[in-house]
Amino acid sequence: MPELLRLLQEPWPWYVSGPLIGLTVPLLLLLGNRAFGISSNLRHACAILLPNAAKPSLFRYDWRAQSWNLMFAAGLILGGVVAATLMRDPQPAQLTGAAVQSLGALGVQVQPGLLPAELTDLTRPATWGLLILSGLLVGFGTRYAGGCTSGHAITGLSTLQLPSLIATVSFFAGGILSANLLLPLFLR
Amino acid sequence: MISTTPTPTATGRPPTTSTAHLLLRQWPFLITGLLFGVLLIKSEAASWYRIQEMFRFQSIHMYGLMGSAVLTGLITTTLLRRAGPRALNGETIHVPAKTGPTSRYVLGGLIFGLGWGLAGVCPGPIFALLGSSLLPMLIVLAAALVGTWAFGAVQKLL
Repeated sequence: MPELLRLLQEPWPWYVSGPLIGLTVPLLLLLGNRAFGISSNLRHACAILLPNAAKPSLFRYDWRAQSWNLMFAAGLILGGVVAATLMRDPQPAQLTGAAVQSLGALGVQVQPGLLPAELTDLTRPATWGLLILSGLLVGFGTRYAGGCTSGHAITGLSTLQLPSLIATVSFFAGGILSANLLLPLFLR
Repeated sequence: MISTTPTPTATGRPPTTSTAHLLLRQWPFLITGLLFGVLLIKSEAASWYRIQEMFRFQSIHMYGLMGSAVLTGLITTTLLRRAGPRALNGETIHVPAKTGPTSRYVLGGLIFGLGWGLAGVCPGPIFALLGSSLLPMLIVLAAALVGTWAFGAVQKLL
């Protein structure tokens, strides 16, 4: 039993969890011919929440036909609950020394958990700025690009789609710029 | 037809019972989502630290994770499409092609990436982290909804 508990609590190595993540694509196709993608839920939520009169045409469609996607998102939340209760990792992420050093230079201490204090301490105005700007860019960008890391980087590349390769390269270009140039403005 | 108060389900005619029924039939997707949420956290793809490490090219972790995910998805999806053309619900398996001008993928992708590098989350981890009771993610989710709406509002100008 302690062995099993340790296995559940420890992070799973990438060569185990990576292939399992990849299996989501054929599994959803097999279950119901569904193309895996999560950011569509943001669009569905807008379609559900916006009053009809004030709805841009992007949100005028039958979201009920896509309800599987909303169930998947509900599952994600439940998965977070399960992982945080039964499988919580008491150790901080085992980053490389170089990563610990770079983050340290930005004033960020690597602590147990998934987010540093800089993203959870809501008494700092910079935290609000970081969270809001990040969400705005992710929401706008994913709809503009027609998908996120799941729809493009996993599903799109798994089905050899050139637009997804272009989108994935751009995701990374933006991320590299952001992590190295934009993020430091919000820390310290 | 008598309802004048805007409720979350007031977008169409069907009563809530049919929506609930529809959702109940979709339980396999709830389970798949649950497993995926656990995977996002246990693989540390939902860890801000790991995303920062990735964008600074300081570890193989996230590259190995995404590379092995894509390779596995590529092989298994190709095999599935060759072996059985039908899904369990009887539909013919078909992955819609991504279409549209390249500028959309470049500019949209860059904007998405700028957001990804800040809070270290893409749409999947936002939900999984919320479930882990990391409530600041509610701010990211709300902002992402505003961002999605903003794209819908200016789409015709782009």
